Parts: sequence; structure tokens; C-alpha cells
Amino acid sequence: MTDPGAAATKEKNAPRREITLRKTASIVPQQSVQGRALLAVVVIMSFLACLTIGAVSMIRSTAASWQSQIAREITIQIKPDDKIDMEKTLLDARELALSFVGTKTGSVLDKEATARLLEPWLGSGLDIDELPVPRLVIITIDDQNPPDFAAMRAELSKKIPQAYLDDHRTWVDRLVSMARTTVIIGSAVLGLVFFAMVLTVIFATRGALAGNRHIVEVLHFVGAESSFVAEEFQKHFLLISLKGSLTGAFLAAFSFAGAGWWQTQTIATPESDQAAALFGSFTIDWTGYAGIFLTMLVIAALTTLTARFTVMRTIDEIDHIRSDPGRLDQYQA
Amino acid sequence: MIHFENVGLRYGMGPEILKDLTFDIPKKSFQFLTGPSGAGKTSLLRLLFMSLKPTRGLIKMFGREISTIPQAELPMLRRRIGIVFQDFRLLDHLTTYENVALPLRVRGKEESSYRSDVLELLKWVGLGDRINVLPPVLSGGEKQRVAIARALIDQPELLLADEPTGNVDPPMAKRILKLFGELNRIGTAVVIATHDLALMDQVEARRMILTTGRLDLYD
Repeated sequence: MTDPGAAATKEKNAPRREITLRKTASIVPQQSVQGRALLAVVVIMSFLACLTIGAVSMIRSTAASWQSQIAREITIQIKPDDKIDMEKTLLDARELALSFVGTKTGSVLDKEATARLLEPWLGSGLDIDELPVPRLVIITIDDQNPPDFAAMRAELSKKIPQAYLDDHRTWVDRLVSMARTTVIIGSAVLGLVFFAMVLTVIFATRGALAGNRHIVEVLHFVGAESSFVAEEFQKHFLLISLKGSLTGAFLAAFSFAGAGWWQTQTIATPESDQAAALFGSFTIDWTGYAGIFLTMLVIAALTTLTARFTVMRTIDEIDHIRSDPGRLDQYQA
Repeated sequence: MIHFENVGLRYGMGPEILKDLTFDIPKKSFQFLTGPSGAGKTSLLRLLFMSLKPTRGLIKMFGREISTIPQAELPMLRRRIGIVFQDFRLLDHLTTYENVALPLRVRGKEESSYRSDVLELLKWVGLGDRINVLPPVLSGGEKQRVAIARALIDQPELLLADEPTGNVDPPMAKRILKLFGELNRIGTAVVIATHDLALMDQVEARRMILTTGRLDLYD
């Protein structure tokens, strides 16, 4: 060990030189094992939460799209009957349907198309005239202002008894109920993921802070006010959580954008069709992206508030020891 | 400046480790607090630093009775006291300069306003060439001097030092004692807790001797 007296004299006699100081370091260490672990936890949890939000948003819009696609069409089925001229009856039925307000266009499904519909059951090369097969008229309707189906049905049965109007209500009702169930399940999963995320982030933040208790104590003993100590830690943990949640949210948004891009690039290929049939379109609307952004903010706020409460609690513990010295052993490291 | 009257302290349901302490610490005074290990020196220093409340008795700090001081005001009172912990309590990620400047930083002062004071104090304690060094690479004596400089940087009215020479060799202990003497001459009251008799023999000062929780004063 050097003699401080001699060192001081030596310094006094030494020629003056410019003293260079490093940029003042943060009171809370920027790089620590606990900090890195917390960052990883925040990245993973925000990625999972954002992925769930995006998936729920995707399911909701896919279900809505199924529903609206079916709700935009009705079908008039004409049963075969020797007493009628099928082609004329089909046109009459189309005209009758189009006379109602709320209908847009009407088309008769020709013989070839009808044969194609039956192909999976009856095979190819089918002569439709040889079989008593019902024929269809497809009417597109204004889904915002649909026609009066009851009146149309009554008019059809009066004028064309062989006609049967299918407004797809059964399918729409089933799809609506399926879509609702899917969205409810998705929301429940989202709730669970969020709950797990909240707990994980809270425990990871507290774990990271436990390694910094000595800093809280030193600051407290050099006369720092509780609010100053809490702010120092808040700043630090806000930065970690923003970095982590931004990375997680970006990764989730990028995954959706990437999957959507893949789907558009591979459209009409078996892989893409299979994926589209299973998951629908891999695109999320603005509400999905807004949800991802909100999740990011929630995680940042959660981490920051947990840091604040944990620091305040540590200071309270130090003060409790002051009021009740018997607790000294309980808190001493 | 500080007044203790019939002060007693016990931890939980244990025996009373400080009993009926009655004494004053006048302004600009210099005293050693001594006694055998386990006599209660560190506990008495904790009472003086307001990091413990007495189980009984009255303590007045800077004219105010501490039992009536709200929790939020304690940091302001602590700022009038400098403390040197036996285990230094330096922050390992901060340089010598940053550790010494810490009390000023927590008071919200601008770095430009205290930079020269901190550098001057570091030179004064013989650490002028160690300003950018982190505590883990400092020797025990150097750490001790950083802890002392941190306690002195805001010119406290009272300096409490717990075994400040416990980790240093005799020449360094002498130098540290000289630092405390100089500080005392410019107006700071000093309380040094030590069981180093040789150290106490170097300075004519009041001795507060704790034996099994009771205090005897020798002016």
C-alpha cells in the first residue's frame, strides 16, 4: 500500500495535467446478470402476449369474413318436376327474386357447373339431363340492407311451388356461434397469457432488484430521499422494459407481416391453401397492431411500477428496522 | 448539538444492550467511542445516525427530538451527518470520483458545481491518481479513504466513523486520524468508534467507553 502522505506530496509536485473523467455512470448499474435475465423475460413474454393478441384479432376478422361472405348470397333451389320447363322456371325465379329491394345480381347455375358440384359424389362425365337433379339460382344481396326473405319465400311458393329459398341462415347462425366461441377461447387464452406475463414480469423485476438492495441502502444512508431512489430505479427498469417489450412486439408484428407476405407470394399453392383453410388470412388489422402497441406499453408500465413499489418497500423495510430493531436479523443479508 | 438522556436499546425481546446512556456531543467536538467487541459501539453509532430508534429514553439531534421527526424529514437530517461504515459500502460500478460525489448527486447538484471540490478532496486524501478506478481494484486502505472522502464531501456537522482504521496499517491509520483532526479544526464534530488504543493515544480527545451497554465518559 502506498503512503497517502507521500502520494499527496508527489501529486502536489507533479506537473499539472488535465484530468479526464468518464461520462458519469448511472447510479443503478446498466449491465448486470439480473438485468439481462429480466430483458430476456420481457422479450419472451411480450412476444407471446403480442402473438396471442394478433392471433385473436386474426381469428375475429377471419370469422367475420366467413360470416359476411355467406350472408352476401342466397340460393333458390328448383326441384325437378316434369310439369315445368326447368330453364324458364330458373329465369322466372331469378326475375322474381331480383324484383325485391335489397337484391343485387342473380345468376343461374348452368348444367356444367351443377355437374361439377356433383362430381365428388357421382363422378365425372355426368349427363345432368338423365338425373332428377335440383338446379340453383344464386342471388347476391346487399348485406347492409337485405331483402324481406319471408315475403320472397311466400311469393316464390305461390308462383313457383318447386322453388325453395335458402337464405343460409342455418349456416350463418352456426358460423356466428363458432366464430364467437373461437373469439371467446382466444380471449381466454389471451387473458391467461397476460396473467402469466404480469406475474413473470413482476417476479423477474423483483428478482433483478434483489441484487441491487445494497444500492438502495447506500443511497438511503447518504441522504437520498425515497422518491429520488425510486426514480433512479424506475428510469433503469423503464429502459429495460421498453427495450424488451419493443423487441418482443416487433418480433410478433414481424411474424404476422412475414406470414402474410408468404401467403401472398404462395397464393394458390397447396401449402398456402392448406394454411389459409386452417388459419384464414395471416393479416391483422389496425386493432391487432394497436393491441400489440398497447401490450408493449402495459409491460413497460408494469415493470416500472413494480420497480417503484419494490424500492419503496425496501426503504420501508430499512425504516421498519429503525423503528423495530428486533427485525434487524430478518433483513440483513 | 446532540443530546442523549437515559437512552436504552434492545433488539426484539433480547437483553438491553445499551443502558441508560446520557451524554452530549457538542459542536466541533472530537471523541473516541471505545469498548470491547460486542459492547454496543456500532449500535450506538446507528442511534446517532438515526438508523435505529431507541427502545426508551430521549434523543435530540440538532435541537429536535427524533421521536417527533416525520419519516420523510429524516433524509434531510442525515445529510448533516457523514458516516464511514466499517465495511465501506462503496458502489462497485462507480469510480472513486463517482462514489465520493454520490451524496452531492443525490442532493440534486449539477456535476459542474462539485467537480473541482471532489477532485480536490480526492487529492487531499491521497487518491488524486485513482479517480477513475473502480472499488474492486482498490486496496483496503484506499477504499477506506474513498469512504471517508464520501462522508466528508458535503462538509457534515457531525462525522461518525466505525472502525475507520480497522483495515489499514499504522502509518495509514495515523494519516486518516490526521484527516479527521483537520476536519474537526474546520468545524465538524467527530465520533470515532474504535478499539485501537494506540490510535486513541495519538490524540488528546474525549473518550466514551462502553462496557456491557453502559457508558463512561473521560474528558
